[in-house]
Amino acid sequence: MSTGTTKLDVVVSDVVPVNELVTRFHFRRRDGQLLPTFSGGAHVVVEMRDGGRTRLNPYSLMGSPLDTREYTISVRRDDVGRGGSLFMHRSVRPGLEMVISYPVNLFSLDLRARKHLMLAGGIGITPFMAQTAQLAAEGGNFELHYTCRTASLGTYADVLRERYDRRIRLYHDDLDERIELDRLLSTQPLGTHLYVCGPAGMINWVRDRAAALGWPAETVHFEHFAAPQPGLPFDVTLAVSGKTTRVDEQQSLLEAIEAAGVDPPYLCRGGVCGQCETNVISYDGKFIHNDHWLSEEDHRSGCKIMPCVSRFEGRSLVLER
Amino acid sequence: MAAKSIISRPVYGTLSPQPGKHHLFIADAEGALAISDMAGRAPAGFFDGAEIDFIPGPGGKHIAALEALKPAQFHQAPSFASLLPRLKQTLANAHMGLRLYLAGTEGLIGQAMQVALEAGIDHTSIQTEHRGSLARRMQCVHCKGITENVTTQPATCAHCGLLLLVRDHYSRRVAAFQGVCINAEDRSEIPPMEEIFR
Repeated sequence: MSTGTTKLDVVVSDVVPVNELVTRFHFRRRDGQLLPTFSGGAHVVVEMRDGGRTRLNPYSLMGSPLDTREYTISVRRDDVGRGGSLFMHRSVRPGLEMVISYPVNLFSLDLRARKHLMLAGGIGITPFMAQTAQLAAEGGNFELHYTCRTASLGTYADVLRERYDRRIRLYHDDLDERIELDRLLSTQPLGTHLYVCGPAGMINWVRDRAAALGWPAETVHFEHFAAPQPGLPFDVTLAVSGKTTRVDEQQSLLEAIEAAGVDPPYLCRGGVCGQCETNVISYDGKFIHNDHWLSEEDHRSGCKIMPCVSRFEGRSLVLER
Repeated sequence: MAAKSIISRPVYGTLSPQPGKHHLFIADAEGALAISDMAGRAPAGFFDGAEIDFIPGPGGKHIAALEALKPAQFHQAPSFASLLPRLKQTLANAHMGLRLYLAGTEGLIGQAMQVALEAGIDHTSIQTEHRGSLARRMQCVHCKGITENVTTQPATCAHCGLLLLVRDHYSRRVAAFQGVCINAEDRSEIPPMEEIFR
């Protein structure tokens, strides 16, 4: 069993379309008990049993941490992904029994901060839904800057404005509204912590500008789940368990290892937490590293791989699993 | 250079120029040399956005060397206490992006860090370099009095007079090493006093 991934038996209590791309799912415990406590920024891994396939995707909890009668996640439909979000949108209905992991937080608030400055892009708004609820309940000092493509795709922008009024600033791409990032970062009081969640380009931009403007790295927090990318199928040999298996086009290496009956540790399944780090024993081919955990040196060495998001192309791959 | 002992005992590094536009240096005595040394590794124009607050101490040296760096502001103070109002004011008006550099004696680094922590700066975000005296600021754990410039082991509390073992146990909150009564069982037992924090 994987570290921190004790399972919860839940039932889908509600499915709510939010806009043309995003749907919200509500989960309650099948035994009627309260769900485990979580803090703003936590995610759960949702098991999607789709015919013979099982996908496990992480989603941020977006409800208030003060209410553990139910968990809510919001899923953006990705028509060109590996199919996890499409499964959620097409097949998940109220009453469906599902299995999710205990919550894990890799994007928690630093509660020593004097002020929390939050930057969200698109569906990256979800962890901030929980964090703002948590802070608002404690009288915390926060400000959220939220960039979305259009007003109609500004998921929960209306809810946030209604709850927090002027603490929420909205920027619409179609109206050419842009965050004045340098000015924003240069005018924050000492003791401010910065949180960013959104597309990779946005996260990199914000981190680069914050570093250049003298923000210490420990005050800059980001969440970047890399969804596993599809790719060419390849074979993998698991030396410790003595198994060889095929990784399909739409399957992640970690999912293939699990399908072969081996259970490596994991937490985020998004290339950030480091739990599933795996040693490479030998290989003939090239790695496609997609994680944010290993160093560039590790990537070049050919000695390690993060099977949750990274792939391989070539003749043979032997892992220490 | 202070040796690593227990986890709360502060360890100091070597000042290194950080990214950003606003840099605040607090130094005393030979701490000035840490700033001069760092200046050699700093990019051109680095001190255009820098303030140096310097406590020269009795020797009165190194002032010209710091002025030669042409910081945007240079301020001298006769003691940390006299610098304190200015430091508090500077930090109260500062924004994220201000980087703090502390160089010199442990007492100076500790007290400046204490003010910075109160202003919301994390201790891990502060550049420090120890130069000069190892004399300690000590808090008596019994009467809570602070004794400055302790150089001996054991040391006498300047407030309650107890003979104290000066521990490596350090409090960032009070910016002092902890002093614990060394002869609580038998006050007639007086261990020899050695000067070890020079």
